[in-house]
Amino acid sequence: MTVAATPAPSPATAGEQSGVRLARSRRNAELYLLLLAMVLVAAYGATVEANLLDTVTSDFWMPAAALGAVFLGLHLVIRFLAPFADPALLPAVALLNGLGVGFLRRIDLGDAPVAERESLAVFAGQGGRQLAWTLGAVILAAGLLAIMRDHRSISRYAYTLGLAGIVLVMIPAVLPSSISEINGAKLWVRVGSFSIQPGEFAKLALLVFFAYYLVRKREVLSLASRRFLGIDFPRGRDLGPVVGVWLISVLVLVFEKDLGTSLLYFGMFVVTLYIATERVSWLLIGLVLFFGGAYLAYVLGSTVGGPFANFYVRAEIWLDPFADPTNKGYQLVQGLLALGTGGLFGAGPGGGQPEILPEVQNDFIFAGIGEEIGLFGLSALLVVYLLIVERGLRAALAVRDSFGKLLAGGLAFTLGLQVFVIVGGISKLIPLTGQTTPFLSAGGSSLMANWLLIAVLLRVSDGARRPVTGGGGGKAARPSGGPPEQLHGAPTEVIKP
Amino acid sequence: MNAPLRRVGVVVMVLFGLLFANLNWIQAYKADEYRTSDYNGRVQVAEYDRKRGNIEAGGTAVATSKETTGNLKFLRTYPSGAKYAHVLGYKPVNLADQGIEQVENDFLAGTSDQLIGDRLKDMFTGDDTGGGNVLLTLSKRAQDVAYDQLRNNEVGAKRGAAIAVDPRTGAIQALVSMPSFDPNPLASHDTNEAAAAYNKLEKDPDEPLKNRALGETLPPGSTFKIVVAAAALENGVTKTTQIPAGSSYTAPTSGTPIRNADPSICPTRQVTLLEAVTESCNTGFAQLGVRLGAETLKEKARQFGFEQEDLTVGQLGEGGLPTAASRTGTMQNQDGSTDPAALAQSSIGQNNVRMTPLEGAMIAGSIANNGSQMRPYLVRQLLAPDRTTSYYTAKARELRQPVEPPVAADLREMMVSVVQNGTGRKAAINGYTVGGKTGTAQSAPDRPDHGWFIGFALDKNGNPVSAVCVVLEQAGPGGSGEAARIAGQIMRAAIADPGGR
Repeated sequence: MTVAATPAPSPATAGEQSGVRLARSRRNAELYLLLLAMVLVAAYGATVEANLLDTVTSDFWMPAAALGAVFLGLHLVIRFLAPFADPALLPAVALLNGLGVGFLRRIDLGDAPVAERESLAVFAGQGGRQLAWTLGAVILAAGLLAIMRDHRSISRYAYTLGLAGIVLVMIPAVLPSSISEINGAKLWVRVGSFSIQPGEFAKLALLVFFAYYLVRKREVLSLASRRFLGIDFPRGRDLGPVVGVWLISVLVLVFEKDLGTSLLYFGMFVVTLYIATERVSWLLIGLVLFFGGAYLAYVLGSTVGGPFANFYVRAEIWLDPFADPTNKGYQLVQGLLALGTGGLFGAGPGGGQPEILPEVQNDFIFAGIGEEIGLFGLSALLVVYLLIVERGLRAALAVRDSFGKLLAGGLAFTLGLQVFVIVGGISKLIPLTGQTTPFLSAGGSSLMANWLLIAVLLRVSDGARRPVTGGGGGKAARPSGGPPEQLHGAPTEVIKP
Repeated sequence: MNAPLRRVGVVVMVLFGLLFANLNWIQAYKADEYRTSDYNGRVQVAEYDRKRGNIEAGGTAVATSKETTGNLKFLRTYPSGAKYAHVLGYKPVNLADQGIEQVENDFLAGTSDQLIGDRLKDMFTGDDTGGGNVLLTLSKRAQDVAYDQLRNNEVGAKRGAAIAVDPRTGAIQALVSMPSFDPNPLASHDTNEAAAAYNKLEKDPDEPLKNRALGETLPPGSTFKIVVAAAALENGVTKTTQIPAGSSYTAPTSGTPIRNADPSICPTRQVTLLEAVTESCNTGFAQLGVRLGAETLKEKARQFGFEQEDLTVGQLGEGGLPTAASRTGTMQNQDGSTDPAALAQSSIGQNNVRMTPLEGAMIAGSIANNGSQMRPYLVRQLLAPDRTTSYYTAKARELRQPVEPPVAADLREMMVSVVQNGTGRKAAINGYTVGGKTGTAQSAPDRPDHGWFIGFALDKNGNPVSAVCVVLEQAGPGGSGEAARIAGQIMRAAIADPGGR
C-alpha cells in the first residue's frame, strides 16, 4: 500500500534520467528561500524602527543578520547531514522564528522610554533573549540531525521516551503551585527566574512512543473488532492504552488546569491511532471521549466546582468575554480588540500599541502581531504554518516505513493542532487555553521543542526524498547516514532487534 | 497509511480554514466595533499623540498640554488648579471627560470636522499642529475674586456658589462652586492615581465634584420676592401702592404664621411695595402672593426661566454644560385646589420653590438689561491650532423677555433701593449703581439658613455691566449680608478687568 503511493519509481523502469530528477536535493532553493525570509525579517525590523523611532538606525539589519547566520549554520548542517530534506521547511520556520524575534524586539522598543529606544542593543530585552534561545534551539536541532542519521533509530528508545514523556507531563502537576503555576495553569517548572515547560518536550517524547506502539499494534487494532451500528469497534483489551492516554489528558486538564495541552495530547494520540489503523471509529471514539470529558468538566465545574471550576470559568469567558471585560474576560477582550483594531491591513509594524496587551509576548503574540499586520498579514502567517504542516504530512506520505509515516504525520498534525488551539483560543473560536504559539512566542522551552520537531521532520523528509539506491542490503551493511532501507510498510520490521 | 494521512491533511486545512474564517469575522466584520470599544485603550493613546489645544480665560491658558516622555505623549495640566475646575472639568485617561474638556473635546483634540483643513495641511507639511484652542468668556480677575472670596467667606460656609454674567450679552464672567477640586491628579497618566483621586472626591460628603453654580437647586428665600414683585407690577400694583403687611400673617386656611426676620421690619398694617422690597417684608409678600394667585406667580417665574430643563451653557449653539431646572413646585392641596399656606410660603421663596445660582444671576441680569434675558454662554471663540483662523465667535442671543422695559425699570429702582437703603448695603460699589436682593432661606428646621444675594451693577450711563448671584449654603446669621459683600467684590473685579467692559 505504501509503495504504491510512494512516487519513487523503480530504478529499473524509470532509468537514470528520472532518478537524477528525483534525486535533486534542492539545497540551493532552500538557501535562496532562507535569504528571502531573512530579507523579510530585516524589512520588518526596518519598518518597526521607522514607526517607533521615526528613523531607521544604521544597524537595523543586525537582528536579521544574527538570525540569518544561525539559520545558515543549520542550512549547512542540513546540506551535509540531510541533503535530501524538504527545502521549504527551514525557510518557512526561519521566517516565523525571525518575525517572532522581530516582534519581541518591537515590544521591547515600545516599552522603553522614547529617549532610550535608539540605543537598545541587539541582544537586549526579550527580543535579544529570544534570539539567544533561537541559537540554542537551532544547535539542538542540528545536534539531533547529527545524532539521528536515520529516523528509525529513535524507535529503539520508544519505551524510555514514553516513560520520560509521562514523567514530564506529571512533574508540574505534582509540584507545589508556587513552583509550577503561572497565570492559573500548572505547566511550568520554575527555578529562580528561569522557567521551563516540560509539557513542550513531553509531546515529542510521547509521540515517538505512540508511533512505535501503534506500528506494533496496528494489525490487532485494525483487524480484531466487533461491528456495532455499522462501525467497527476495537476489542476491550486493545482499548487499554487509549483509555490510559485519555486519563493522562484528563489529569492534565484537572491538575494542571490546562484544556489546551490536554486537547493537544489527546488529538495527537487519536490522530496517530487513526493513521495507523485507518479506522474512522477511533476518531469517533476519541471525539466522543474528549467532548464528553470536556462537557462533564463544564457541568462539574458549574455544580461541584473544585478542580473543575477553572475550566468552567474559562468556558464562561469564552461564551461571553464582554460579560466581565475588565477582570475575568480582560485578556480575551484585549486580544479581540487588538485584532479588531488591526482590521484588514493592520497599523503597520511598530504602528500599533500591542504592548498594552496582556501576555503579548506569550499567549497573545498572534493578536499583538495581528494588530500591526492585519488580516492580510495574519492570513499569510497562517499559510506559512499550513505550509509547514502540509510539508510534514507530505514527508509522511513519501517516507517508506510505517514508523516514519506515523512519526512525521503525528508531529505535523500536532504542530497544526497547537496553532489551531492557541490561535483559535485568542480569537474566541474555542475556549482560551495557555498554549505557546509555535516559533513566535517568547520562551526557550517552546522554541527548542518545536525546533526538535522540525529536525525530526527534516530527517524523515530526507529519508523520504532520498533516491533509492539499487539493491537492498541489511541494516548492518548500510553506511552510516546512508539511505534508509526499504521496509515496504512492513510494521514488524521496524521493531526487529 | 497514506489515505488517512491525506485525510489528516484535509482536516488540518479545515481547521486552518476555520481560523481564517474566524479572523475574517473579527478583523473585518467586527473591526469597527472593536476599534472603538470603550475597553480599547488604543483610542486614548491615539488621542494623546496629538497636542491638545488650550482652554484660555482672559488671555491666560487655564488648561494646557505638556509634552512627556511616557507612552501617552502629552499630559493635560491645569495651571490654576482648583480655581477653574467646574468650568474646565477634566480630561482623564480612563474616567469620563467633564466640563468644557468634554463639551469641546472634538475641537480641542483636533478631530472636529471644522479642523479638517488643518489636518490636511499637516499631511502635506508633515507637522502636527495639535488641536484647536477654546477661549472662554471668564474674566480672570472676577474668577480670582469669586474663588478667593467664596473660599474665605466670613461666615464660615463650606459650600456655596458664585456666578457673574454680563447682562447685555449673557457672557459668563465668573463661575465658582465651593468646595472645588484640583483636576490635575484626575488627568494623571497613572490611572491608579487618577482613580484614587476620583474616588476620594466622590466620597467627600461636601461633593466637590458637583457644579453648584449650574446644578444645585436651593430654596431662594427672599430673592424670589423679585419675581413676585414683577408679577405684582404687571397686575395693577405700582411701587408706591400700599400693600398689606404687619408683624405676622397667617394664611386663610391653616399653617404656621409667617413673620418677618426682625420685628422692626414692616410692623405697620400697610407698606409701599418699594418699602416691602427694600426691607424684605415677609408678611407683605406672602399676602401679595396669595392675592396674585399661584398661576400668576408660576407663570411669571416661568417667564424668568424657571422650569427650563434643557438650558446648556457652552457655545450659543448646541451642547454645553448641563444645568438644573429651577422649580416653583407645587402649591396645591391634594384635591387640586390652591393651598394658600403653601402659596404664602412660596411667595417668600420657601415651600417647594428651588432655584439655581445661574437662574438668580439671569433674573438680576434681565432686570438690569431692560427686561431682556440673554442666553448665558462660556465659549467666546474657537481658534485654529495656529491661532490665525477663528472657527466660531459667540454672537449674543436673547433667550426670552421676562418683563417689559417699564416693569424692569421699576424693579431696578426697587433693587437699587435695597443696596442703598436696605438689606444689601454691603454690595455697593463706588462710582456704580448697584441693585440687588438678599435672601435668607430655611434649609431644614435644625440646620443654619442659606444666604443668598442676586444683583447687578450699572455704569454712570445706566448701562448694565455685571449681574451676579452668590449663595452660601447653611451660612447661618449674616449669610445673605456676606453674600452681598462677595457679590459686590466680584462685580467690581469684573468691571475692573481690562478684558471686561
